Amino acid sequence: MAVTALARSPRAQLRAARKRDPRQRRSVVLTIVMALFVLYSVVPLLWLIINATKSQPDLYSTFGLWFGKDFTLFQNIVDTLTYRDGIFVKWFGNTLLYVVVGAGGATLLATVAGYGLAKFTFPGKRAVFAVILGAIAVPGTALAVPTFLMFSQVGLTNTPWAIILPSLISPFGLYLIWTYTIDAVPTELLEAARMDGSGEFRTFFTISLRLLAPGVVTVLLFAIVATWNNYFLPLIMLSDPTWYPLTVGLSQWSAQATGVAAQPIYNLVITGSLITIIPIVAVFLLLQRYWQSGLAAGSVKQ
Amino acid sequence: MKITSRTVSLSRRIAAIVVASALIGTALAGCASTSSGTPAGSTDVAAALKKGGTITYWSWTPSAEAQVAAFEKAYPKVHVKLVNAGTNTTEYTKLQNAIKAGSGAPDVAQVEYYAIPQFALSKSLVDLTAYGFDSLKSAYTPGPWSSVNVGGGLYGLPQDSGPMALFYNKTVFDKYGLTVPTTWDEYIADAKKLHAANPEAYITSDSGDSGFTTSMIWQAGGRPFTSNGSKVSINLQDEGSKKWASTWNELVDNKLLSPVPGWSDDWFKSLGNGNVASLITGAWMPGVLESSVKDGSGQWRVAPTPTYDGKPANSENGGGGQVVLKQSKNPALAAGFLKWLNNSPGSIKVFLASGGFPSTTSELNSEAFLADAPDYFGGQKINEVLVQGAKDVSTGWSYLPYQVYANSIYGDTVGQSYVSAGDLNAGLSAWQKSLADYGNQQGFTVTTK
Amino acid sequence: MTSTSIVRLAQRATPARRNRRDWRGWAFVAPFMLVFLAMIIAPVVYAIGLSLFREQLFGGTVFVGLNNYLAVFQDAKFWQALGRVTLFLVVQVPIMLALSLTAALALDSARLHGAAFFRIAIFLPYAVPGVVAALIWGFIYGDQFGLTAGINDLLGAHVLEPFSAQAILGSIGNIVTWEFMGYNMLIFYAALRVVPSDIYEAAEIDGAGAMRTVFSIKIPALRGAIVIATIFSIIGSFQLFNEPNLLKILSPNVITSYFTPNMYAYNLSFAGQQFNYAATVAIVMGVITAVIAYVVQLRGSRQESI
Repeated sequence: MAVTALARSPRAQLRAARKRDPRQRRSVVLTIVMALFVLYSVVPLLWLIINATKSQPDLYSTFGLWFGKDFTLFQNIVDTLTYRDGIFVKWFGNTLLYVVVGAGGATLLATVAGYGLAKFTFPGKRAVFAVILGAIAVPGTALAVPTFLMFSQVGLTNTPWAIILPSLISPFGLYLIWTYTIDAVPTELLEAARMDGSGEFRTFFTISLRLLAPGVVTVLLFAIVATWNNYFLPLIMLSDPTWYPLTVGLSQWSAQATGVAAQPIYNLVITGSLITIIPIVAVFLLLQRYWQSGLAAGSVKQ
Repeated sequence: MKITSRTVSLSRRIAAIVVASALIGTALAGCASTSSGTPAGSTDVAAALKKGGTITYWSWTPSAEAQVAAFEKAYPKVHVKLVNAGTNTTEYTKLQNAIKAGSGAPDVAQVEYYAIPQFALSKSLVDLTAYGFDSLKSAYTPGPWSSVNVGGGLYGLPQDSGPMALFYNKTVFDKYGLTVPTTWDEYIADAKKLHAANPEAYITSDSGDSGFTTSMIWQAGGRPFTSNGSKVSINLQDEGSKKWASTWNELVDNKLLSPVPGWSDDWFKSLGNGNVASLITGAWMPGVLESSVKDGSGQWRVAPTPTYDGKPANSENGGGGQVVLKQSKNPALAAGFLKWLNNSPGSIKVFLASGGFPSTTSELNSEAFLADAPDYFGGQKINEVLVQGAKDVSTGWSYLPYQVYANSIYGDTVGQSYVSAGDLNAGLSAWQKSLADYGNQQGFTVTTK
Repeated sequence: MTSTSIVRLAQRATPARRNRRDWRGWAFVAPFMLVFLAMIIAPVVYAIGLSLFREQLFGGTVFVGLNNYLAVFQDAKFWQALGRVTLFLVVQVPIMLALSLTAALALDSARLHGAAFFRIAIFLPYAVPGVVAALIWGFIYGDQFGLTAGINDLLGAHVLEPFSAQAILGSIGNIVTWEFMGYNMLIFYAALRVVPSDIYEAAEIDGAGAMRTVFSIKIPALRGAIVIATIFSIIGSFQLFNEPNLLKILSPNVITSYFTPNMYAYNLSFAGQQFNYAATVAIVMGVITAVIAYVVQLRGSRQESI
């Protein structure tokens, strides 16, 4: 099937696919089944939205899937953003930093390298294959402890680099660009550019990159999700809360409800969680068109 | 500004709940440092405070912010960077990580009593006898003071303390005709009566908590952990341990304990609606109840911890102090801050205002403190009960030099007895075995009985 | 993604140029490889080094050869943890993938009202950080006051106990399913979209019904995507950490400190200061994961070639 799929560019395939089955009728039963799927997916999010409108006492005394006595969403948002001198805003900024530098860097490295692997033969290419292959299956979290010890020896722990550097590597992104390049960038085009005397990097940035755009956006999006949701690594690397990303900060707020000086602030945890997921959901919705076609190309090549 | 003796005596009388103004804090701080003697080393501290500098302080206690502000007002040349590096074990993990990394630890950190031996033993803490702080002994109650003394060194100054007490919901007790128990037998009888009358209600919540277990063994007279340098002895089947286990088995085996885990969302709700009718816990609990269980206002009361024979006996639960880390580049300054933090009336006042329970004898015995009668507790003079509880605490208890690890595997062992409603003694034995294995792996010489 | 496919890819990708000493490709690959060496290879090597030593609070650091490995193989806690995630994997992954597949086929059938809405709504949970997901479900699972309590009230008995020893694995599985069902659905859906339409036309001419088209064309066409999704899910299951670690607060005894291999490694290092042994556990888990992923890949491609 790989061969047939290769015959067309991903976009052409999509267009062909969309045209099919014009006579099919809409099915009510199928729609109901899918509605159940949606219910399952959305109810917990509804819970989050509803409970973000409640005060801390109402959280304890009112039914979870309906509004409380007081509608305190705006107060909760204000409290979340100003609690402890606005540390949440700081966490938000940190998360953005890690996402922009980490996910951006990961996408850049993966795109350039994936392209290089797809379009060039060079000495040691087989070794590169072997090494990347072997490393893909190593659980990322298994690396966390040795990485922590290494970083602590060179004094990188408790700095933003401890979060950014490890997130610069996206083997999946590399793979996706690699497969995507084979289809999207015709070798003849590169040959033509070489004939015109264009350097390899100039060709890459002026011609190839444009052709790779949907693939790059897809890789970028998944790298963004990975860094936005990163929890384990910052948890062990950071001790200064002013460098925390949102995920670690929120779990610290949640843990604040325990022990001698317990101060439960679940209303802020819930509102903070809501604020945390809004940007990433927005990014997905805005860039839907790109990543769906990018995924289409990457997911089938076997 | 002038410091008159009237300011001091007046402010001593101010009720504990009054938030101290930074102004008073300044006055008292100045006073406290002159009133104590001038032992060797304290000149370093005074010089460091005068010279100034920047130190980092890790704490999760709610009063820290106000205390630091008051301190900086008193010592304008010193800047304290306050960092909330997480609550209890989260902070210890980070502290341990920083120690392992060789950098990144704060100058001063909040550490609970049970964790102090672990950090002291790994030579991560400054021995404060160098600054003459051992002369402060008389200022503190014996329990907390012995907790900061490890193997002949002084590794911190106590902040709060947690003599145990019985906190009970009077409304629930009255409704079901329960008597306020003075012995554990009565407590178990209450538990049965309550749960039979209302299957949703339980006498207390306990789904297995290492801190609670060790406090209960302590109260029963058990002394399962002793250590001397690298020699450790563990006996979780000593008389006291067995006494507690067989009593508590009654509650565990008959499923008379609320399964709601402590500090969860559901737990706070249960305390508010009467499904958990009592708690046996440290004297710091009133602050938590008042701020986080608003529904229970007016309903809760405090009584002495029930005992086995009806005679007073008590132990500590929770509480901790502050330590100075060896990594500190300015230990004298850090020590100066620590002394102000936990030994100046100005700072302790701020701490009390935030609902903390002190470890200093002068505060515990002050009339204002004892006269406090919060509405939350129906106007009961709760501190009278709690302070008496502090006096009843038995001595000679110590934690393991790796108690943080021990608590982290408590759920794997004793916790399993809770899950299966089995014999707690079996769980304690399993815990002992794991602890002995770990200790030996770490190079301790562990003896078990 | 996996060995055979990448090797095939490599063969396919060989361009026309025959210059053997062409180093230009390295200019593209080198930055990635540099970071890759520093961030993946170096920690692996370092972990292997660590696993050969033992550091004690008393007694310092000693070389112990392969003793740590021998200890792992005799460590009942490790095997229990591994058994638990294996059970999780065997039950949760098929259920999740079957649900994802059903949803993807429904989307692809073009017989839905509002397909675009369904697509994005089911995908939404993927954007929720695992930490937040565990928090949300932790609240929902509360059987005293959470939604679960409401359901129990409706049923008139204490039927659902999400944090009990019997149910906890299912409760965690539900969270993971919730998080990744939509993601896998999209992978499958994307793969279905590129099935060439002439195949369908041929099937239509043959008079194949909708169900037959699903089973004889669509699902076989998805094999590659299913293999990828399975491999990712296996890796994910073996790495299980965030969800159980956060739920431990709510279920402190049922979720032990060695509930999953990853939690075990984490607690060994950071609660017990046993970094050497933790590194050994991590390496053993890495090797096991790699072997299983490889086997799945082999099986997947063997069936493909038949």
